Amino acid sequence: MFDAALIETILLTLQLAVVTTFVLLILGIPLAWWLARSKARGKEIVAVLVALPIVLPPTVLGFYLLIAMGPNSPITALIGRSLPFTFEGLVVGSVLYSMPFVVNPIRTAFEAMGERHWEAAATLRARPLDAFINVALPLALPGILTGAILGFAHTMGEFGVVLMIGGSIPGETRVLSIAIFDFVETLEWGKAHVLAGAMLVLSFAVILAMRMVETRFKSERP
Amino acid sequence: MTHTLLRFCFGLVVATLACLPVTTVRAADATIAVAANFTSAAKELGSAFEESTGHHVEFSFGSTGQLFTQIAHGAPFDAFLAADEARPERAETEGLGVAGTRFTYAIGVLVLWSADPDRIDGTPAVLSDPTLRHVAIANPATAPYGAAAVETMKALGVLEALEPRLVEGKNVSQTYQFVFTGNAQVGFVAASQVKDNDTGSSWTVPDDMYRPLRQDAVLLAHGSENEAAKAFLEFLKGPEAVKVIEGFGYKMP
Repeated sequence: MFDAALIETILLTLQLAVVTTFVLLILGIPLAWWLARSKARGKEIVAVLVALPIVLPPTVLGFYLLIAMGPNSPITALIGRSLPFTFEGLVVGSVLYSMPFVVNPIRTAFEAMGERHWEAAATLRARPLDAFINVALPLALPGILTGAILGFAHTMGEFGVVLMIGGSIPGETRVLSIAIFDFVETLEWGKAHVLAGAMLVLSFAVILAMRMVETRFKSERP
Repeated sequence: MTHTLLRFCFGLVVATLACLPVTTVRAADATIAVAANFTSAAKELGSAFEESTGHHVEFSFGSTGQLFTQIAHGAPFDAFLAADEARPERAETEGLGVAGTRFTYAIGVLVLWSADPDRIDGTPAVLSDPTLRHVAIANPATAPYGAAAVETMKALGVLEALEPRLVEGKNVSQTYQFVFTGNAQVGFVAASQVKDNDTGSSWTVPDDMYRPLRQDAVLLAHGSENEAAKAFLEFLKGPEAVKVIEGFGYKMP
């Protein structure tokens, strides 16, 4: 049942989800902080752009990416290489696609923190960066965990974007959802069942983990 | 408060319904599953058929494998225009299709195509070019044109060298899209797709390099009593349809 190709597919999907989640935390935490605290007028526009993938069909995003990353586009000229059909291309697509799932919970956590802790830190002469790392981040940890879990899971199950820009290359862009699609198409339902079942268990575990994160942190707070 | 809201919503629904265009009671007479490579041809044939008979046909396009899977799961298609012989035959033997209704409606022609007019010089030489980054093919497991592409590369002795650079589309439509956008420099597509696109460059694969792409149609059990579906299949065999199909770059049996 589990041949080398299947294991390669599973590992590739995990790799994509890990890298994407990592990139999203690096980009998403500062972005969420800015969205939570900035008084800038254009803030809500950015918030809407970040939230778009929640309602946008993934194929729409994939279609634009296919054109935006094509050989004749200025973006390709800028980075000096063509991204479709590469793992890096999938990372770019996944980061855009899973952005709201990571940014929104973290933003909510930062907003829930309020001013009190921040002012206390300032009174104690903590530099903003110190205060951010030692006060804001620990307080927002449940939100960050929720965001990371959601972003990871969302990337694991991504289909539409990958379908448009992936090209189904084994070890490079053939991820789980594509493999399931192919197995169903070629009537290899045994393999499709294994992967589909695994995804179901994983999704269940993810939601359960999130609930546990939430209840644990709630019970710690007075 | 809730009451007002409910009334408002109800009003909204009524207003929306009132604004919908008035459609004729006779909805789609026949729904026909059509392999992706035949998309443009089917659309043209559909309008000609509707004009001459007054029947109405709706098409659902996809890769042959995907459509077969849907049919096996009770998709409400009345007829199946596949890109191969195997699946209509299987539909017949499994009782999904009506026995004795299967026939070849077109023979596909495989071309190697590039959006770049200087890329292909009318020969397969480009396939031996080491600087070639990607060759797009349709998924060989589900799309007959993909399998034919693999056979062709084998016949040319370039399959092994190209294997790491192959990118797969789900069907020939997506494969064409990969090449059209330039993301893949070259790709194996159906002649019917590039027929009206004289901007790129191409090489028509000689038919001794791959097994003939006989595309069969079959009436499905769901449509066994459907006059529109039966009439459409008859129409496909007629001189008017044959002219259209040949015009799209297919050969006829």
